[in-house]
Amino acid sequence: MWDYSDKVKEHFFQPRNAGVLEGANGVGDVGSISCGDALRLMLKVEPETDIILDAHFQTFGCGSAIASSSALTEMIKGKTLDEALKVSNQDIADYLDGLPPEKMHCSVMGREALQAAVANYRGEEWSDDHEEGALICKCFAIDAVMIEDTIRANNLSSVQDVTNYTKAGGGCSSCHEGIEEILVKVMSERGESFKPGTPSQEEAKPAGMTNLQRIRKIEAVLESVRPQLKRDGGDIELLDVDGKTIYVSMTGACAGCQMEALTLQGIQQKLMEELKEFIKIVPTKAGALSRASCHV
Amino acid sequence: MTGIYFDNNATTRVDPAVVEAMLPYFTEQFGNPSSMHSFGNKVGLAIKKARMQVQELLGAEHDSEIIFTSCGTESDSTAILSALKAQPERKEIITTTVEHPAILTLCAWLEKDGYKVHYLKVDGKGRLDLDEYKKLLGDQTAVVSVMWANNETGTFFPVVEMAELANAAGAMFHTDAVQAVGKVPLNLKDTKIDMLSVSGHKLHAPKGVGVLYLKRGVRFRPLLRGGHQERGRRAGTENTTSIVGLGKAAEMAMEAMAFENTEVARLRDKLEAGILAKVPRSFVTGNPDDRLPNTSNIAFEFIEGEAILLLLNKFGIAASSGSACTSGSLEPSHVMRAMGIPYTAAHGTVRFSLSRYSTEDEVDRVIAVVPEIIAQLRKLSPYWDGDGPAAEPEKAFAPTYA
Ligand SMILES: Cc1ncc(COP(=O)(O)O)c(C=O)c1O
Repeated sequence: MWDYSDKVKEHFFQPRNAGVLEGANGVGDVGSISCGDALRLMLKVEPETDIILDAHFQTFGCGSAIASSSALTEMIKGKTLDEALKVSNQDIADYLDGLPPEKMHCSVMGREALQAAVANYRGEEWSDDHEEGALICKCFAIDAVMIEDTIRANNLSSVQDVTNYTKAGGGCSSCHEGIEEILVKVMSERGESFKPGTPSQEEAKPAGMTNLQRIRKIEAVLESVRPQLKRDGGDIELLDVDGKTIYVSMTGACAGCQMEALTLQGIQQKLMEELKEFIKIVPTKAGALSRASCHV
Repeated sequence: MTGIYFDNNATTRVDPAVVEAMLPYFTEQFGNPSSMHSFGNKVGLAIKKARMQVQELLGAEHDSEIIFTSCGTESDSTAILSALKAQPERKEIITTTVEHPAILTLCAWLEKDGYKVHYLKVDGKGRLDLDEYKKLLGDQTAVVSVMWANNETGTFFPVVEMAELANAAGAMFHTDAVQAVGKVPLNLKDTKIDMLSVSGHKLHAPKGVGVLYLKRGVRFRPLLRGGHQERGRRAGTENTTSIVGLGKAAEMAMEAMAFENTEVARLRDKLEAGILAKVPRSFVTGNPDDRLPNTSNIAFEFIEGEAILLLLNKFGIAASSGSACTSGSLEPSHVMRAMGIPYTAAHGTVRFSLSRYSTEDEVDRVIAVVPEIIAQLRKLSPYWDGDGPAAEPEKAFAPTYA
């Protein structure tokens, strides 16, 4: 069974704002019946102010699809349309205290339903530009379409490249066979054949930063998040840097708490942006980052 | 309230008598059956006994036809790969679209190595077309692999007849009987079945032990090579405790065979009829006239299976679903798709699988709870309108693909 947060369960077992909304003036129907997730979002918008007076949903879908729909309606009620459109799928996931990687698309669907409903209210045509493929990398929730498009757009030819560009394969590495298969397919389209062991573009280039510069940058990033951690009674400390793996220890209230993995993911993201390379942050206490579960 | 376990096709509880039979082999009788000393000797005898118990359950002619493996999946892989290795001149496999992933994933991988795999289609009730099968059989067919009973719907396949046809064409015949063994009487000595897979944990033995039945005289190439265990056909020190457990479970399955096919079947029928009578727009998938006695797979239209399971779980009821979400894939169960079940129903399929431990009281409780759960979810469904489906449901809700 999925590892759903209490918040997801709560919104699934007691969904808010479910059912038809009488007098709705903006309706968005999105989703895919073949994938088993689809949603109708109904808005009642006050024309003078553009404020969403009420929002309801009907959902054909799994537990997290229903919870995401319920959360979305709660989040946007009372907002103006423009404010509501700023709600991202990550916001929906955060509101629910996170979703399993396989279920992130449920929050994407919520966001798209919102765009579609607003477009419907405004009398515009909404078209979806998002396509979803089979989930390849479970650690970072990256699907096949995303990997294919990235390989194509950047002429990638190694698994390491794919990891550098998309993060896919950067965790437990069990999806490397799947990534290689996509490489074989896309590379053959451009008349090349995939050769395992090809050095990645990254490695082929001379390193842009000395080790010392890198460590200083890492320290600076950790310094920037420290005040926030301290406010929650915790702290973070850099232990070691081994190539692309950064070892840290979390102390105080953060250590082992449910939010630890999420916090670390955020810090990892920040580090990657700063260093402009793919890195992996590893807490010394095992387990925090390996939440992605395998199921039968 | 104790939980109600209606997911016995996924795995079963180990019978306490099986556990009891196993326990001495962890501590007192821990020897290696290959050893010369008396520590090993008794264990060797225990394995011999287990082999005969399994032989009896399968109706095999010789006990040496029983090869112990680590699971059903290993037995499946061993059988197919052996058939290909042993007949390098034959490059084709015939199987069905509704096999377990243990077969389908292997076949997809073999296709990349240049093997041609034919997938037999099924009709709306999950039945094969034997004429299609006969046309595909030929001197290129290395092996035919068709399951005895489907794990999702319980539907039987005519494997005895299909094995005769394969034999006549000079092809080997394998059947994944993981769901059938212990639930239906078998008499392999009177069939042309060459290889058959068993998994212990489906018949109240532990997980992680299986059997490959290999008819005497069938050419064989081992998957695991090394020591001389299992007469050199499956190297690796035996999982003695589990093998002893599987032997005991096989003996108990023989004793319970009639019960499974009368009492368990009656409870299953009662459950199914009770649910169908109270839930509109629900139907049985597969072939109700020819299936395992313990399995009922019901499609609930316009709602999604994972949501059903989560609510069932809240009431302490365990079942499984063919929805995409529960399998972690993008599509609902390949079995439901192969039968042409529409998406709006395929995602809402729930499999109830009973065992000889299931009780009348449990069945009554599930019948009482399911209609409420379905109604609750349908209230959330865009295809539903008040007490019934929206008029022309597919038109009432036609979402933009996202
Ligand atoms: C039809 C079928 N074949 C094979 C298997 C795999 O057996 P095991 O889990 O022992 O590898 C299963 C179990 O889910 C099954 O139902």
